[in-house]
Amino acid sequence: MGSDTAVAHHVEDSNAVWDGGKSPMKSSYGKLMMWYFLLSDAFTFAGFLIAYGTLRVSMPTWPVPDFVFQSLPGGIHNAPLIFVTIMTFVLLFSSFTMVRAVQEGKRENKRGVVIWMILTIIGGAAFLGCQAWEWTTLIKGEHMSVTTNPFGTHTAAGAYLNKDGTVSNETFEAGESYLMHMAHADDHGHGDDHADDHGGDHADDGHHEEGHADSYGVYNLEKSKDYPFATVDERGYIHRKFKVTEGDEDGMVKTEQFGPKAFGALFFFITGFHGFHVLSGVIFLIIIMLNVASGLYEKRKNEYEMVEKMGLYWHFVDLVWIFVFLVFYLI
Amino acid sequence: MGHSYEESKSLALKTILILGGITIAEVLFALLGKGYLIKGVHFPLWLIAIVMIVMSIVKAYLVVFEFMHMKYEVPALAKTVLLPTLLLVWGIIAFFQEGSAWRNNRDVVKERNEKVVDDSLKPQGMLLELPELKENY
Repeated sequence: MGSDTAVAHHVEDSNAVWDGGKSPMKSSYGKLMMWYFLLSDAFTFAGFLIAYGTLRVSMPTWPVPDFVFQSLPGGIHNAPLIFVTIMTFVLLFSSFTMVRAVQEGKRENKRGVVIWMILTIIGGAAFLGCQAWEWTTLIKGEHMSVTTNPFGTHTAAGAYLNKDGTVSNETFEAGESYLMHMAHADDHGHGDDHADDHGGDHADDGHHEEGHADSYGVYNLEKSKDYPFATVDERGYIHRKFKVTEGDEDGMVKTEQFGPKAFGALFFFITGFHGFHVLSGVIFLIIIMLNVASGLYEKRKNEYEMVEKMGLYWHFVDLVWIFVFLVFYLI
Repeated sequence: MGHSYEESKSLALKTILILGGITIAEVLFALLGKGYLIKGVHFPLWLIAIVMIVMSIVKAYLVVFEFMHMKYEVPALAKTVLLPTLLLVWGIIAFFQEGSAWRNNRDVVKERNEKVVDDSLKPQGMLLELPELKENY
């Protein structure tokens, strides 16, 4: 420590420390370059997230995240944000185990590094599993794709029409979200994934019964056909009809429209890009963990610096998730 | 740097507990503000957004400065990594401005797109200079 302060003092006097032959940043080349790579990666992610925000504020309506992301495995719905909170905790936990791996590396404890790295790998894999489930629910259950967004938002209050075309007592307020179901859902009834029948039209109360889809005979509807209560388009999405009860269009009968296209593209692209970072992180974690176990870094006698660099990357993935969580789910 | 093994171990544990606590607070605040916890209670979106952004920045600070050890690096390294991110502040301001301009002009753009333009009135080549054609277009 004594020599450290002497050097720092010297730096202030002249700039000799930058003259060459020394490490002014007291960091190895590899670690420094990892930092700058992460800086550039931060700009990439920031660009994506800013694009999301820009498109979101440019649209008159946007799908409400607590409505879109409200499912849990086991057929539970109306649990907004819970699943992504679990995902956040999984990633936070794996960040903690990574810190512990680095700390064990600092004191040259090979066994400790391997154990904590294995826990980190399990955390990363669990996060990927959660993401796979979330994507499956959206793609197969709710029929969202990169170009089609069945999550729409009502711009005025109104009431849905009954089967015979009369106005029902199923009302909604302006700003409420709906999910357009699919007629003849091709994979209906596989296992526990009943995302099709969650109470599509009620973001807030959620007590209007599940399975209203069945009461409307959704699965007997035909494609490209107009019914008194709904229009089914050529791809099978059911556009339910409703009567507007306020504003300029009071009294008009309208059909549900798709939500902003950009939502699906941004969601899959940004969470996919983050998931790809997690996936490559897990692969590198496995490689480095095997290297640690084989004693490669022990020989280098540099306090397992490779594990430390890996840790920087892994924490960065967690850092990005903090902002993805903020932008996509919390706001 | 400067921490014993035991100290850094308990510091890591403390940091992860704070991070977890903030995450739970965020989710509870979001659910409360959107009216899921107490019927009839709603916060305006800007309030939710500000609280969420502040809490996320605190989380990001903890991850970068404690988990990634930025706190213990020399100031020159910290500055070269952290200062460039300030450019993003302008990026956010500029693009959000742009986004709301799109929203406000959506009707105007739609109207202009649907406007039928007589092809014969379209300025061509040198004719662009003629003032009466410019006006018609």
